[in-house]
Amino acid sequence: MEPWEEDGPETVKRFMYVNRKAPYGTIYALENLEVVLIAAAFDQDVSVVFLDDGVYQLKKNQHTAAIGMKNFSNTYRALDDYDVEKIYVEQESLQSRGLSAEDLIIPVEVVAADDLREIMAQQDVVISS
Amino acid sequence: MKFGILVNEGPFTHQASDSAYRFAEAAIAKGHEVARVFFYNDGVFNSNKLSEPQSDDRNLVQLWSQLAQENGIDLVVCVAAALRRGIKEEVLQDGFRISGLGQLVEAGIENDRLVVFGD
Amino acid sequence: MTTMLHLVNKSPGERNSLDSCLRLAKAGSAVLLLEDGVYAAMANATSAEAVTACMGKLIFYVLGPDVSARGLDDVPLLDGINVVDYGGFVDLVVEHDTAQSWL
Repeated sequence: MEPWEEDGPETVKRFMYVNRKAPYGTIYALENLEVVLIAAAFDQDVSVVFLDDGVYQLKKNQHTAAIGMKNFSNTYRALDDYDVEKIYVEQESLQSRGLSAEDLIIPVEVVAADDLREIMAQQDVVISS
Repeated sequence: MKFGILVNEGPFTHQASDSAYRFAEAAIAKGHEVARVFFYNDGVFNSNKLSEPQSDDRNLVQLWSQLAQENGIDLVVCVAAALRRGIKEEVLQDGFRISGLGQLVEAGIENDRLVVFGD
Repeated sequence: MTTMLHLVNKSPGERNSLDSCLRLAKAGSAVLLLEDGVYAAMANATSAEAVTACMGKLIFYVLGPDVSARGLDDVPLLDGINVVDYGGFVDLVVEHDTAQSWL
């Protein structure tokens, strides 16, 4: 048993990881993904949200060879293996960028701002980058 | 009340670490406990004892260290973020320790509030 | 239902953090403007209309030390914005169940 598991399920909190920044231009997308992958190992209620330029993190067809940076977009596919199932993308953010769910590298739940507002309001811990 | 704090930026380019420090100081002054400060992204640079700000400037590396030692705050530097930025044990200011990202999640679980400071 | 404190530290002239916060903050939440976010608290800010429109559903605060540092003590604030110091910031975090930073 890991030390953080000692308290049992009564300490389960709702954790939301919020992504509002595009990939590559800054490191936040990559390092926030690293947090989510670690967080998945804890028995907490995890959700991940992509909104504003954060939706660009999930864009299909990223080819990074020519900029010499690691293409980490495939790593989002691992979220499913880690049992991170609540992956939300804000509909308004997608639409205003001319994107739709079909443009994204993984299946997500597209939610309108009105619904995302309710989901956010229920969280115990919000970690943004 | 018990607080966890996440600092995502270094001590110079952004105000985040300053704001977090002032917040921590005020929380302690009000009788709260700041249990852990987790340093992530460029926030790991807050632990670099080799940094030498100009003499008339504040020195956040030392300020965090003093605040932690006086008030029993656990200052944790993320190992993955630190290694890629060259922050290792040999440059670590007193009062800081290097550990894994699990310590951030734990700070969210174990404290009443987690407050994030970044860019 | 939990209550939330939203932290906005970016100028409305530089980022869309404030816009997104206003779009997604639930009625009854508090918004604290700090660091460069304090520029949104000025009566003549480009975002003044958007903030004023939310005054009925959100409660706005601004961090006084960040206002003073930027030379804004002599600039009028929007009506209805409450000025707090770092102690007041701590109180706001205590009074709300969750703090969300719009980085």
